[in-house]
Amino acid sequence: MTTTLLDITELAKRFPAGKPAGPIARLRKRFAGGPEKLPQVYAVDDVSFTIAQGETVGLVGESGCGKSTLVRVLTRLLDPTDGGIKLGARELSHTPARRFARDQDRKRIQMVFQDAGESVNPRFTAFEAIADPLRRLRGLSGTNLRHKVEEAASRCGLPLELLTRFPHQLSGGQRARVGIARAVAVEPDLLVLDEPTAALDVSVQVVILQLLQRLKRELGMSYLFVSHDLSVVRLLCDRVLVMYLGKIVESGPARAVFDHPLHPYTQALVAAVPSINEHGHTRLRLTGEPRSPIDPDPNVCRFYGRCPNGVDRCKTEMPALRSFPGGREAACHFAELTAQ
Amino acid sequence: MIVAPALQVEHLSVEFRTRSGIVKALDNVSFAVGKGETLALVGESGSGKSVTAYAIMGILDPAGRVTGGKAMLGALDLLHATPDEIGKVRGREIAMIFQNPRTALNPIRPVGRQIADVLLRHADVTRREAPARAIELLRAVGITDPARRAKAYPFEMSGGMCQRVMIAIALAAKPSLLIADEPTTGLDVTTQAVIMDLIGELAAEIGMATIFITHDLALAAQRAKHIAVMHAGHVVELAETQEMFAHPRHPYTAELIAATPDTAASLDQLASIPGSLPDLRRADLPPCRYSERCPRKLASCDQPLPVMPPENPHTVACWNPL
Ligand SMILES: Nc1ncnc2c1ncn2[C@@H]1O[C@H](COP(=O)(O)OP(=O)(O)OP(=O)(O)O)[C@@H](O)[C@H]1O
Ligand SMILES: Nc1ncnc2c1ncn2[C@@H]1O[C@H](COP(=O)(O)OP(=O)(O)OP(=O)(O)O)[C@@H](O)[C@H]1O
Ligand SMILES: [Mg+2]
Ligand SMILES: [Mg+2]
Repeated sequence: MTTTLLDITELAKRFPAGKPAGPIARLRKRFAGGPEKLPQVYAVDDVSFTIAQGETVGLVGESGCGKSTLVRVLTRLLDPTDGGIKLGARELSHTPARRFARDQDRKRIQMVFQDAGESVNPRFTAFEAIADPLRRLRGLSGTNLRHKVEEAASRCGLPLELLTRFPHQLSGGQRARVGIARAVAVEPDLLVLDEPTAALDVSVQVVILQLLQRLKRELGMSYLFVSHDLSVVRLLCDRVLVMYLGKIVESGPARAVFDHPLHPYTQALVAAVPSINEHGHTRLRLTGEPRSPIDPDPNVCRFYGRCPNGVDRCKTEMPALRSFPGGREAACHFAELTAQ
Repeated sequence: MIVAPALQVEHLSVEFRTRSGIVKALDNVSFAVGKGETLALVGESGSGKSVTAYAIMGILDPAGRVTGGKAMLGALDLLHATPDEIGKVRGREIAMIFQNPRTALNPIRPVGRQIADVLLRHADVTRREAPARAIELLRAVGITDPARRAKAYPFEMSGGMCQRVMIAIALAAKPSLLIADEPTTGLDVTTQAVIMDLIGELAAEIGMATIFITHDLALAAQRAKHIAVMHAGHVVELAETQEMFAHPRHPYTAELIAATPDTAASLDQLASIPGSLPDLRRADLPPCRYSERCPRKLASCDQPLPVMPPENPHTVACWNPL
């Protein structure tokens, strides 16, 4: 029996696109009638999924499709526009992000940021960066603290002699390891990693991936793992979510999804992965203009226009996410055909 | 061997002063990139790839110092050029895509303006044409709705979108040398292909030479003509791409290829490379900085490294290569 750790229901996040109009334009609009409606970026649009205790879920998708926004909302760094976020028995979506920063459950969700440079305070040494959340969230100090920091650093393959360095004195991959050590040290229930291995070389990457797997076994930690590296997702994740323009278009066991993708976007993604053994070989490309995430038509499939299988139905009826055998889901009118 | 190199780096060495000693970040680094060609620079995190790029661009951290060598761009030695001479080529002749796009962009200026600024400064574009050209460039790097996105600020864009803006800025002036420091690490594979194609087109069109820094061996295999493998501030092996993957000769290169998740069936099957980079502050760094973690180490490995003759098509800095 698996227990659900995180339950996301119909989550949405929209951003205003562009600056609000100036005062004169606003006045003019008001007199023209109706409330002012700014164009909006539909960054995350009606997303539902769960993560079980001890489960590793991968999140993949095109650049700009809303992965970082989704994880920032569910780690409560951003407020959702709509929808529910349940951690265990607790509903988190009503707690404003500002308040959650000091919440007692903060330590249960930790995040490794996409941009290691962004999350590490430039005036903190590597030691301070790792120590800071341990002090704040776990109340450690003195030798306990030092011990825990060094343990986290060596677990993440960060040489201890680098602990006295400031971020600008570290290479990209060394900074990334500081970011990972900092989140891992707190031993949260859910660790959200936004492209943690992008800046790492393959050898350090192996160290980090094996560390994550060990922590999962030892502590029962759950992960949401955002990555562009499909081979890593395949190796690490139990399940994968594929996102396209704010929506989940496919999900299921990682291997099954990558070996037999049901959605044409997933198919294109899998086909574009380069391999060591094919020098100079260029693969099939997606053609056509991608749809804009700004005020998208709710009745048109988001992939229409680039999809090699698109037909008229795809621009009059948004395909719903439906279940398929083997714990899979897909949102394409043709998924039943593909599944056969 | 490269006949007419766009850039020739010879014996480049760099050190950093830190509170706890001198970091010998680069030692005797040599390589060349031909016109219209791509050289991939690969190697462990911290091996000196970015520092190599910064040294060539003349933008090392103030604590860093070039202690030897040269980097010839045509007749100009970039390492010893006057600020005036460097100022003339930087941005126009050589451009760089940084590893950290969000911090490299101006946070309080719309991205379209930032691209237009570069066009005005470095390309022969008039004030009237610049905005439209900027939008064109955004489209070329695969940004949807480019006219609207041109008005966005960096914080309103995703990580990969910022990265692509950075790429548009670097390519705006059609440089003859592009240094791309992990240009596509934040991008999904379909967008990555768009970017790499774009770089390939410019290489073919204007003969742009590219130094392509990456951790992605598969991508390097697909896109680069030559590969240089770095380890702890040394170039340990240099060869044509196909040759390198078919017959890696340095033990480190072989380990690096074996650690690639590309073909592995499970995580436990993957091997990380044993040991770690030596502390680059040590006074007693051995001549071969890999020797302390090398399974093929011989007694003779304590003598100075063999020279790597630039005319050889496949060179390796090792006394006991595979
Ligand atoms: N300002 C500095 N002071 C001290 N050491 C530095 C400084 N900048 C870089 N270094 C050191 O120089 C070495 C090379 O760093 P560099 O950034 O070139 O690595 P890299 O190969 O680009 O690695 P990555 O793949 O992680 O980006 C590293 O060990 C790094 O810690
Ligand atoms: N603060 C903001 N204001 C306006 N738009 C935003 C803001 N933050 C994100 N967006 C928009 O939301 C969309 C999703 O961005 P997000 O960063 O979530 O993408 P992503 O999937 O993480 O992409 P990447 O792989 O490139 O990091 C993008 O169109 C982006 O421009
Ligand atoms: Mg992101
Ligand atoms: Mg680097």
